[in-house]
Formats: sequence, C-alpha cells, structure tokens
Amino acid sequence: MRHVSWTIIALLALSSLVVVATSRGEQINALWIIIAAVGTFLVAYRYYALYIGRKVMRLDPTRPTPAIYRADGLDYVATDRRVLFGHHFAAIAGAGPLVGPVLAAQMGYLPGTLWIIAGVVLAGAVQDFMVLFISMRRDGRSLGELVRLEMGPVAGTIALIGAFIIMVIILAVLALIVVRALAESPWGMFTVAATVPLAMAMGVYTRWIRPGRIGEVSILGFIGLMLAIVYGQSIAESPFWGPLFTFTPVQLCWILIGYGAVASILPVWLLLAPRDYLSTFLKIGAIAALAIGILIMAPPLQMPALTKFIDGGGPVWSGALFPFLFITIACGSVSGFHALIASGTTPKLIASETDAPLIGYGAMLMEAFVAIMALVGASILEPGLYFAMNSPAALIGTDPASAANAVTAMGFPISAETLAQTARDVGEASIISRTGGAPTLAVAMAEIFSHVAGGPAWKAFWYHFAILFEALFILTAVDAGTRAGRFMLQDLIGLAIPSFRNTTSITPGIIATMLCVGAWGFFLYQGVTDPLGGVNTLWPVFGISNQMLAAVALMLATAVLFRMKQDRYAWVTVLPTAWLLVCTVTAGGLKIFSADPAVSFLAHARLFSDAADRGEVLAPAKSMEEMQRIIFNDWVDLTLCAVFLVVVLSLLFFTIRTCLAARKSDVVLAREIQPAREATA
Amino acid sequence: MKALLAKLRETALLMVGQPSYEAYLQHMRKHHPAREPMTRLQFFRDRERARYGSGGGRCC
Repeated sequence: MRHVSWTIIALLALSSLVVVATSRGEQINALWIIIAAVGTFLVAYRYYALYIGRKVMRLDPTRPTPAIYRADGLDYVATDRRVLFGHHFAAIAGAGPLVGPVLAAQMGYLPGTLWIIAGVVLAGAVQDFMVLFISMRRDGRSLGELVRLEMGPVAGTIALIGAFIIMVIILAVLALIVVRALAESPWGMFTVAATVPLAMAMGVYTRWIRPGRIGEVSILGFIGLMLAIVYGQSIAESPFWGPLFTFTPVQLCWILIGYGAVASILPVWLLLAPRDYLSTFLKIGAIAALAIGILIMAPPLQMPALTKFIDGGGPVWSGALFPFLFITIACGSVSGFHALIASGTTPKLIASETDAPLIGYGAMLMEAFVAIMALVGASILEPGLYFAMNSPAALIGTDPASAANAVTAMGFPISAETLAQTARDVGEASIISRTGGAPTLAVAMAEIFSHVAGGPAWKAFWYHFAILFEALFILTAVDAGTRAGRFMLQDLIGLAIPSFRNTTSITPGIIATMLCVGAWGFFLYQGVTDPLGGVNTLWPVFGISNQMLAAVALMLATAVLFRMKQDRYAWVTVLPTAWLLVCTVTAGGLKIFSADPAVSFLAHARLFSDAADRGEVLAPAKSMEEMQRIIFNDWVDLTLCAVFLVVVLSLLFFTIRTCLAARKSDVVLAREIQPAREATA
Repeated sequence: MKALLAKLRETALLMVGQPSYEAYLQHMRKHHPAREPMTRLQFFRDRERARYGSGGGRCC
C-alpha cells in the first residue's frame, strides 16, 4: 500500500519525461522538465538510494559514526541531518552546475536534460554517497588517504597529483568565466570590485566592532551589495568613472591573477571569510528565488529539443554529442570534485549512518535540480539570442548586424534590433559573444525575476544582480581554491622535500601559492587570449578532468566493495565507472588523436606548425609570434589530456589489481576503522 | 516556529563553517569538565581558522 503514492509519482515523472522527449516542433512548457526531474529524483531517492544504503553498504544505525566516537565539539560533531544537508549542499553547489548546462544547450534542451537526470541518479549521486560512506567508516579521512589506504601508496599519490591538476583547471576556467562576464562591462565590474572593500569592512566589523556576529554583518553586507548594484548604473554612465571600470579581457586577466595572489595570502578574517558569508547566503537565496521564479512564470522553452549541432560543429564548444555532451555537463550530473567534499568535513559531522543517503545522495540530487534550472534558463531564451551570446567573436563578429547575420545563417533567425534591444534592456553596451555561460544565465534570470518582480524596467538590475551572484562565489572559490591548491602542492612537493610540508613556515607557503597562482594564471591567460574565446578550449579540458576524478572516486568505491566482499553488488559502481571511462578516454583520445583541428589539439598544432613552416599566418593569428603561441598552447593542452589519460588508466590498473586480490582472499580486506565501542558511552 | 528558526540559523552558520557553540559547550561539560572551554569568541576564531586555514572544501 505504501508503494501506491510512489508509483503515482513515478508515473507522473515518466509521462512528463515522455512529453519532454517526444515533443518536436511545438513549444513545451519548462514545468514538464521540472516535473520529470523532481519526480525521478524523489523515486530514485526512495528506492535506489535506500537500496544502496541497505543492501550494498549495509548501513548500520547502531554503529557509531566518527562524530560520535571521536566527538570533540569542533571537527567531529553529531549534527542534525537537515542542518548537515544544508552544509553539504552549500559546499558542493557552485558555478559548475550553472555553467555546464547553459553551454550544453547548444545541442537543444533534450540531451542535457536526459543526461542530467540519468547521470545524477546512476552516477553522480552514487559517487557522492559511496565516497561519503567510505570516508565515514574511516574516521572521515580525505580522498587521497582513502585511495592510499585501500589501493596502495602509489595509487594514492597519483590520485593526489590528478586532484591538484584538476584544481588548477577549475580555477582557470572559473576565472575565465568572470573575465568574460565582466570585460567591457563597467556596471558589472564596479559591483564586483565593490565587494572587495565591502568584504574588508565586514571583516573589520566581525574582528573588532561586533566580533562573531555573522548574521548582522551579512545583512549589512547584503545592503551594501544592493547599493553597489543600484549605484553601479550611474557609475557606468558617468563619463569620468565609466571608463575607469571598463577593462579589456587581457587587463581583467592580469587583475584577477594579481587579486588571486594577494587575496590568498591575506588573513582569512579580512577578505575570504566575510565574502564567503555573502556569497554562500546569496547563492542559496538566488537558487531558491530562481526555483520559485520558474514555478510562477512557467515559461515555454524556445530552444528546440535537438539542434543540428548534435553531430558536432557547434559554435559554443566543438565535438559531437558523444562523448562531448557528457563532459560538458559535469557538475549537476556527476562531478569528481565532490569526492573531495564528501571526504572533507561532512563525514565528520554525520550523527548516524542512516543519515548518509540523505546527505550523500540527496544533496547531489539537489545540485542536479540546480543544473536543470540552468538548462531551463538557457532554453527559455530565443535560440538566436543564445547563439549570439555564446558564439566566439571570431565567428560572428562584434556588432549586432554581423552577429544577427551569422546566427541567422546558422539557422536561428534573429534581428540586429533584437540583439541591440536586449543589450539596452540589461544595461550593457553589447551582449554579443559574451561566452562562458554566466551572462546567458544572467539574461535568463533577469527575464524570470523581472517577470515576477518589477517588470521590464528591472531587467538591468536583475541582470547585474545575477552577474554579481555568480562572480561573487567564483571569486570566493578562486581565493579558497588557491589556498587549497597551495596545501595540496606543499603536500606533493613534501614527498620529495620534506621541509616543504611545514604549513606554518612562510617561504614554502609563498612559493606554493605563487606556483599555484602561476599555474591557473597560465591557463587563464591562454584562455583569454584564445581567439575562439577560451571557453571553447578550456571547458572540455575541465570536463574531462572532472569526470576523470569521478571515475577515480567510483573506482575506489568499486575496489572497496570488492574488499568488503560485497562484489555481487559491485555493478552499482562498475556501471557508472565504465560509462565515465568510456566518455573520458574517448574524449581525451579525440582531443589528442582526432583528425579534426576543431576537436584535436594535435591536429590543430600540426595545422599551424605546417603553416608556420611555409611562412603563412593562419587566422585568427595575426603574426608569426601569435602562431607560435597557439602551437605552444596546443602542446600544453595536449600534454594535459595525456596526463589525465595516464592518471585514469593507471588507477584503472590499480583498481583491477585490488579487486582481483580481494576476490582471491577469503577474508574481508576493507580497512574500516572500528570504533572502540566502550568509548562511546 | 521558534525551533524552526533556530534550526535555520544553525544551518546557515554551519554553511559558513561555524558549528554550534552550545553543542561544543555541552561536549566540554560532559567529557572534559576539568578543562576551561573556549569562549564564544575564541570558538568563532578557532573555527574560522579551521575552515580556511587548511585549504577548506568547496566545489566548483
């Protein structure tokens, strides 16, 4: 009897999915996608997550968690599961689930929707849940330590190196999105720049004026942010201040690199912590507002279900649906980076093992819902507008007339007047070729929010609100990520030079910080100066690396299941692992060996090298020097893809070896840390 | 209603890395009655350092 209501939900989700999947030609309402996603997620949680918890992991409600047996009131605290859900969701949800789906919309709304729904249920949420479980049974240790513990020290070190490179790529690609959103936009630039002194004032407030009052200072900060958006318009229009806040992409790139270097060595209370309050609360608030806005507006989708770009050749990113869609949407479907979070603070806070499905599986479903909203956002815009905003300037030019012509020629009719009017509506000089996903989402959010509150006159305000919301937590991530990268690097260099491990001494810290900033700065600069806009090149590399880390985490989970003698359930992790390996290895392979210069770095490098040998300068390069730079960048990206392949394939080797050894063994090999039961009384 | 607000407050604070001070005090009273617990402010600073001082966890 208790299954009746679940059956109804399942049927509702299924019929919505059928509507979404079979509509061709006529516009469908966004709510169909929302119902299909939410219904599927609820059923998946009720049946699949609990199945994994009961049968595969055999969660034991009587077994003390680290929060119980190591309770210290600080790091290890038994926490109410709803509170912990919020904590975990805030830690995993960032810019990734907002950007990937927007970029994926170039193939239409259908492929992205299906991949988000299927990917999260079968792969992403399973990964988060499994890693949380594994860490929870081992004192809440980190991913690198877990791999070392279960698969040996070499595998552990390889995983750590992989994680560091991914961190670098993530920081570069996030910073690139900020550059693309703020370049030539004095209003956006002013509001984001204003957050720095604002955060510092908040830091001073929490340090000396009213120490520790986070709620108070966050409200004051929020008022400051709103004022910055409101006055940003006058600043942008002022003949004196406007030009002072107008920067080219290259200038912004250097500003960000300088900012990253300085911000990550400032004391945390001054800038990072207060801005973290603002960005975290704004993020949660904006996501909730977006959900409510979509429900009230119930917008029809303008984007077709499928576009002609599913075979490749799209302007937003290169490559065909398989495998590139599956790496373009990483966060939201399956994100390897979550393995670092699920083995971070969360496992130390779980009060009971039976809370793990809600935290591990549930929070990831929530992130997938955010990704669905981003996809809906991109799909409610006119397709012509979407492609004018997301195509590189090298393809469509920079003025409304050329962009309208080029995009109309792609098969998505739009007038120059519409493009110019949209830019005026959102208070920008131009919205053409604003790649990176964030501006597109901001236009969509402005559309939705102004429908609910304020009307068309408020579009400009809401656009800059959305840009600020995205830029704010990206900058927080850049700052925090640089610090995290610094510690990872110190750990890694420490393997060779032990004195580097000392995290309190100043010199290793500064060297590691500079190396870290230099590394992501290099890729940022490469992306910014890339004639195709950078997102085109960097986002696939980011996607491959992130999915590769997911494959590593799922391989760890597989190895652990074998070592627990639960191998009859190993399909739960083997299936998503196999799919991710197929996608990342194919994508990585194509990025290296494909004959198409738009896809392969090697083919691209060859094309340019051959031309350079003949003394020719190929567009978009304008000089021999630029030719050489393009070739060099190609080789760097090529090497990176090769490194990813080596990392993932060598860990596959270690996983298979571990699993075979576990099958031969008669005893359970999994190294769970048994709590001393008497200490828990 | 009051309980709900308290939970929301606790959630918001934990989102930015500040666990419950009351839970900490309770833990100290129960397990280490002889030791002087940190004041609310010391606790705040300690957690601030712990969140950002060692890398911290946050996603893309």
